[in-house]
Amino acid sequence: MGTLTEEIFSRRLGRDVHAGEIVVAPVDYAMAHDVTGPLAIEAFRHLEVPLWDPERVILVFDHILPANTVASAGLHKVVRDFATEYGVTHVFQEGICHQLMVEKGFIRPGGIVVGADSHSTTYGALGCFAAGFGSTDIAVTFATGRTWFRVPETIRINLRGALPPGIFPKDLALQVIRRLGAEGANYLAVEWGGEAVEAMSVDERLTLANLTVDFGGKAGLCEPDEQTRIYLGDAEVADLHPVAPEYRSVVEVDAQTLEPQIACPPAIDNVQDLSTVEGTQLDEVFVGSCANGRIEDLAIVAGYFEGRQVHPRTRTIVVPASKQIYMEALARGYIQTFMEAGALVMNAGCGPCLGRQHGVLGPGERALSTSNRNYAGRMGSPQAEIYLANPAVAAVSALAGAITDPRGFN
Amino acid sequence: MARIFKFGDGISTDAIIPGRYNVTTDATALGKACFIEARPDFAASVQPGDVIVGGRNFGCGSSREHAPLSIKGAGISCIVAESFARIFYRNAINIGLPVIQCDAIYNAIEDGDPISIDIHSGGIGVNGKMFQGETPGPVAVAIMEAGTLIDLIKTRGWAAIEEVS
Repeated sequence: MGTLTEEIFSRRLGRDVHAGEIVVAPVDYAMAHDVTGPLAIEAFRHLEVPLWDPERVILVFDHILPANTVASAGLHKVVRDFATEYGVTHVFQEGICHQLMVEKGFIRPGGIVVGADSHSTTYGALGCFAAGFGSTDIAVTFATGRTWFRVPETIRINLRGALPPGIFPKDLALQVIRRLGAEGANYLAVEWGGEAVEAMSVDERLTLANLTVDFGGKAGLCEPDEQTRIYLGDAEVADLHPVAPEYRSVVEVDAQTLEPQIACPPAIDNVQDLSTVEGTQLDEVFVGSCANGRIEDLAIVAGYFEGRQVHPRTRTIVVPASKQIYMEALARGYIQTFMEAGALVMNAGCGPCLGRQHGVLGPGERALSTSNRNYAGRMGSPQAEIYLANPAVAAVSALAGAITDPRGFN
Repeated sequence: MARIFKFGDGISTDAIIPGRYNVTTDATALGKACFIEARPDFAASVQPGDVIVGGRNFGCGSSREHAPLSIKGAGISCIVAESFARIFYRNAINIGLPVIQCDAIYNAIEDGDPISIDIHSGGIGVNGKMFQGETPGPVAVAIMEAGTLIDLIKTRGWAAIEEVS
């Protein structure tokens, strides 16, 4: 009985669990990456115990890949040495941790997964309870296979109607953030539902779940359904639904009347209709990240770039979220399209999102990004400005050199 | 006496310590880069024991534990804010940096005001007035009593948390 979150915890613990309870629960997997890993490893070593399960610890190099300074190389080595010493089997350097967690089959509906990265909420798209933690919490999970949770209450968000042309899950998420504010779901779980979500592919749902943390959400879940079964290639996906749920609140969003939404600097909840900022000149466009670096996103951008050139003032950087996506994009000809259009295509990973590689912003520069963070200094200089938008807006804005509406673009 | 460093709403972990300064796990070294761009004089001006008072959603954004570590490493003894982002709050408690949620204090103080805090009771004294911070949850109390989450789990295991749940 209860919300998706309460259902998952109840099944996992074999008793009725309700929001507000503090529980110590086993997890399926614990993930850390090249930035959060070294602190987690240091804390784990202080515990002086064996690793819980070398096959359930996931280590990913993605934030700085390959290492671009002596200092980051040293931190990478801390993670590699730990993996070797403890026989960790799942060590990856082929894309963003969150994309790999989903692609490599670690995420199952009804599961509980923790990651030392805030965007671990992404896995909720498959009906898994997944939350981000800091390194010390993850260290304790590395040692014990468990962590503690205050089982959260839930905000139900119903996305109504069909998405019109030029409107994507990113716009729906930004509209929700606009309405609820940057801490609107702090300490709460979010359920994403309604016809628009039911009609979405898993790739699209991953965008919603990903952005859940950017308005404070602890987890962002979609009900597993036929799309989930197709994605996982498994007809045996467990039935999991909210059962007589009591929600903290219910939010209704009409997808059909939405304009493209832009998160303007310097905060995720400074969201405007595109028309408000149309024509703003851009020095950089970044297509990628755990929010919008998947094959469907690249397909949208390639569709606009075909036979065109990006604007000379706008350096355009494309970073597929994983090697698998990169290779699929190669097979479909998208990479050639990007390069012929004048974009730079970087190796799979986090790209310039966190301002440490692949296109750092200088003082006074202005970027539009398909990623999920626009804090001052996020992508480089604190005097740079970051606008966040959907992949179609990113594509046409790169071509025009300024923020442009994809609807009616030709 | 401890002094207040006052910050606004929505202070992100990117503002606390930008990503490119997360190049070490050493708290003292991280402390030198604390607020390096948002308030460049911060690290050099903090005296051990000083206090940060923030607005809403303090510590939002990335889960990087470098953020509370850098604040602790800079010498700050406690953060009082109107509200904290969930991961930051948990990280701060886990590493032994006291954090207190308190709505009433923000508009009653200025940058540089002297402040005294009783971490255990959540009592805050500033400008001749007393404020009461919110009582932390039982797990946070257990961790604070042990020092850090690592200290708690190492000495008592999950039983320490199961018994307060």
